[in-house]
Amino acid sequence: MTDILANIVSGVLILAGAGFFLTGAIGFIRMPDLFTRLHAASLSDTTGMALILSGLAVHAGFTVAAVKLVFLILFLLFMGPATTHALAAAALAAGVKPLGAMRHAAKKGPGKAADTVKTVATSEAKAAPKKVPKNTPKNTSKKGRRR
Amino acid sequence: MILFAALLAVLVAVVLMTFRTVAGPTTFDRLLAANSIGNGAILIVALYGFLTERPDFIDLTLTYALLNYVGVFAVLKFFRAGSEDEEQAEEAR
Repeated sequence: MTDILANIVSGVLILAGAGFFLTGAIGFIRMPDLFTRLHAASLSDTTGMALILSGLAVHAGFTVAAVKLVFLILFLLFMGPATTHALAAAALAAGVKPLGAMRHAAKKGPGKAADTVKTVATSEAKAAPKKVPKNTPKNTSKKGRRR
Repeated sequence: MILFAALLAVLVAVVLMTFRTVAGPTTFDRLLAANSIGNGAILIVALYGFLTERPDFIDLTLTYALLNYVGVFAVLKFFRAGSEDEEQAEEAR
């Protein structure tokens, strides 16, 4: 009886996870922009993986493999959002603009588009001084190390 | 049967992600898709291990997960800090 129940639960979990993973992969193709693609990727990387791996853990029963799977799920649940955040921060620092800002600029008209770009640039410049104090101690420490 | 269906779905997903890796306009798109392909590989190894009744493959998936994330962060750090050569050239000056 419990065997059948475990089979049903693991099957439902694995199929749901595979569906989520496939949905995230379709989002990769369909989404227009890096930041929307990050959204789709986090769907497949956290929900899909966690569902499939927990389904496999139920399938394995009370064994060492199930414990390893639980550790794997915990690791992925911690590292997935961290990777997404690091990727988005690196892309913004490298100058990749979100699609919403560009659409906003296009809606305002070609004359004011430059204005919006300017405001985006100034808002980045406003955000930049916050980063500078963080970066300068690093540089000074590097120089100090060099000396 | 369910394991086989899930394996097939993950394989199709990995093929779709490969398209994005080839077509991605920026480097970050490619990196994101490569990271997801690594996650797909973890799932494929785990599902195949259970499909062939050899759950020992889980050890491989743990190693693969660690390597995947270390690799992604290394490449991100590379793009953030510039290439190592520049730094070395700066130090040489």
